[in-house]
Amino acid sequence: MSDQSKQAEIVRQSLKRRYRKERRFRAYGIIAIAIALSALVVLFADIIGKGHSAFIKTTITMDVDIDGEMMYLDDASDERQMKMADFVEPLIQALMREIPGAGESDRDAVRDLLNPYASNQLRDALKEYPDLLGTTQTMELLSHTNVDVYVKHAGDDNYSIKLNQQQREWVDQLVEKGVVDTSFNDVFFSRGDSRDPSRAGILGAIVGSLLTMAVTLVLSFPIGVAAAIYLEEFAPQNKLTDFIEVNINNLAAVPSIIFGLLGLAVFINLFGMPRSVPVVGGLVLTLMTLPTIIISSRAAIKSVPPSIREAAEGIGASKMQVVLHHVLPLALPGMLTGSIIGMAQALGETAPLLLIGMVAFIVDVPGGFLDSATVLPVQVFLWAGSPELAFIERASAAIMVLLAFLISMNALAIWMRKRLERRW
Amino acid sequence: MNTMNTTVTKEAAMPDETPVPVQEERPAETIIQEGATVGTPFADDPKFKLRNVEVFYGQDRAIKNISLDIARNEVIAFIGPSGCGKSTFLRCLNRMNDSIDICRVKGDLHLDDENIYDPKRDVVELRARVGMVFQKPNPFPKSIYDNVAYGPRIHGLANRKSDLDDIVENSLRKAGLWEEAKDRLDATATGMSGGQQQRLCIARAIAVSPEVILMDEPCSALDPIATAKVEELIAEMSESYTIVIVTHSMQQAARVSHRTAYFHLGHLVEVNETNKVFTAPEHELTESYITGRFG
Ligand SMILES: Nc1ncnc2c1ncn2[C@@H]1O[C@H](COP(=O)(O)OP(=O)(O)OP(=O)(O)O)[C@@H](O)[C@H]1O
Ligand SMILES: [Mg+2]
Repeated sequence: MSDQSKQAEIVRQSLKRRYRKERRFRAYGIIAIAIALSALVVLFADIIGKGHSAFIKTTITMDVDIDGEMMYLDDASDERQMKMADFVEPLIQALMREIPGAGESDRDAVRDLLNPYASNQLRDALKEYPDLLGTTQTMELLSHTNVDVYVKHAGDDNYSIKLNQQQREWVDQLVEKGVVDTSFNDVFFSRGDSRDPSRAGILGAIVGSLLTMAVTLVLSFPIGVAAAIYLEEFAPQNKLTDFIEVNINNLAAVPSIIFGLLGLAVFINLFGMPRSVPVVGGLVLTLMTLPTIIISSRAAIKSVPPSIREAAEGIGASKMQVVLHHVLPLALPGMLTGSIIGMAQALGETAPLLLIGMVAFIVDVPGGFLDSATVLPVQVFLWAGSPELAFIERASAAIMVLLAFLISMNALAIWMRKRLERRW
Repeated sequence: MNTMNTTVTKEAAMPDETPVPVQEERPAETIIQEGATVGTPFADDPKFKLRNVEVFYGQDRAIKNISLDIARNEVIAFIGPSGCGKSTFLRCLNRMNDSIDICRVKGDLHLDDENIYDPKRDVVELRARVGMVFQKPNPFPKSIYDNVAYGPRIHGLANRKSDLDDIVENSLRKAGLWEEAKDRLDATATGMSGGQQQRLCIARAIAVSPEVILMDEPCSALDPIATAKVEELIAEMSESYTIVIVTHSMQQAARVSHRTAYFHLGHLVEVNETNKVFTAPEHELTESYITGRFG
């Protein structure tokens, strides 16, 4: 009896110790998560703090006399005349009217408040509606980058304001009158890269990324899944398959820039494929994601309960039928998750693409798989390396767009898994 | 052959007359004579004719020189202590061991005078004739209907939907599951109770009209009521099928089987009429086992 109570006492004491250990372990866990979360918060705060202003553009809204005489234009539908016409003068005149203090000698200073692209806006409008010639229209025109920086970052020491005292006073007046205003930066989402920050957009990079990802997905998913099925289900267990397995695992850890070198040597130099195009980028990223997809697909196949396999074999299903009817459907959610994670990695990859020339300055939005293109992370790399702060804020904005893509891809992975699992 | 076996029995039976059990002093290995099975292991015109079967897992010999006949339309029970090779031997009968890389099978195994292990033999056809029910219910994660229809579908047994419907209904009826399942054929099978799942697995096995059904401890995951239903089912099925059942429950073996085979450490020690095995076992190891001295 006393033996039992002594034992109970020992157990009680050890229990206390065990609970203490458990609490300590939990505290470590919470601290670890707190550190990770705060790092994430700092990262997000920094990026959003720097980048949010890139989603805003500064515009100048004013009544423009589209006067044919001033523009040396009497028929807007005549292409030759349109080429020669002066689209800047009406804008300068209109802006001069908005700044009562500006004299004829201030013409250049006033012109420099307007974006060089603003005259294109007027030309495009006339091209589309030749009837506008001779009328007065209220137009919303893009301001010069210097004005944009001044309006958004006037008090910020990090930004150097490139307007002189006179111009600053004008802009202040115009802001007060509501002529200079800020609005959502649609230019950022509707254009390719540009040397002028206020006209630079990420649509080119987004389309480039989508095209590259499409190539990667179409190649790496079927190849990866087929390789995984063969290795798991059909390959004999011997030295050769062991060797292949070790190499696949090694490839997953090879630095991505090596794949870039490989792509450069094989696809571009050997096969003579063009540089900077999504097809080659997709091929290189396929090489990079294949190991990830193969490894996760094999894990998914391995996790299919052997009892299901036995059940099918027991009825007389052939190897192929077991795989197609039972193993694949059960492994598919895991395979998809692995593939989407691999694709997300590929989406954020920069180094190998630099080597195959996807780092070029490309203004046009790519229209196909063989057009020169760049991708989102490379665009971030390009802008982040620019000396102009107006580009740095766009780099941060591009990072936000990239993160949004990554988050939605991961959400898609979770959604797909949930859906497919429910079906089974 | 039989006379030789009887001699062995007499020799082995003698020590039993001494009051102290001898088993403790003599390890079982020394009592068993390899390849010498006591009782009536052979039959005329058998369904399965198995001679000198040996099974190796790598270097380990899991089945040691077993010869046995399984008669047509009989229910034969395999009993024996855990790890004695019952499942291994059972799985030789439809080559389910093929999927284990390190497993090798030696000897002559014939089903209706056809060599089971002929390298040219198609296992798919073999398994369509020799169905299997496993220890743990393992329905596919599909609907009840699709579970039963799977076998007929892959073997192309039904050309029309109505034929398939008939096969599914008949199989479920034979498995005693029709009344419970007819209103939810489209419900997923994994949502059924363990006993229902096991009967579904039996229905799935008989849907391809096999000649033989192998059952590896089909009731070990079931409660007594579900067990009783499955046993009833086995009794009914014995009219049209040959059934080989592995069981740890001696009562179950006694209830459902015509003959009982006692395995020990990879040897087939005794095969006899079930009645005889449980009332007057010939071999001392069988007796020790059924009286609960080990196992
Ligand atoms: N896949 C395998 N690989 C290696 N050895 C195995 C394998 N399966 C079974 N064995 C060995 O073969 C012997 C017989 O195993 P088996 O499963 O046939 O026994 P059993 O009689 O069915 O036992 P139980 O009643 O516990 O199911 C055991 O010693 C076991 O360790
Ligand atoms: Mg077993």
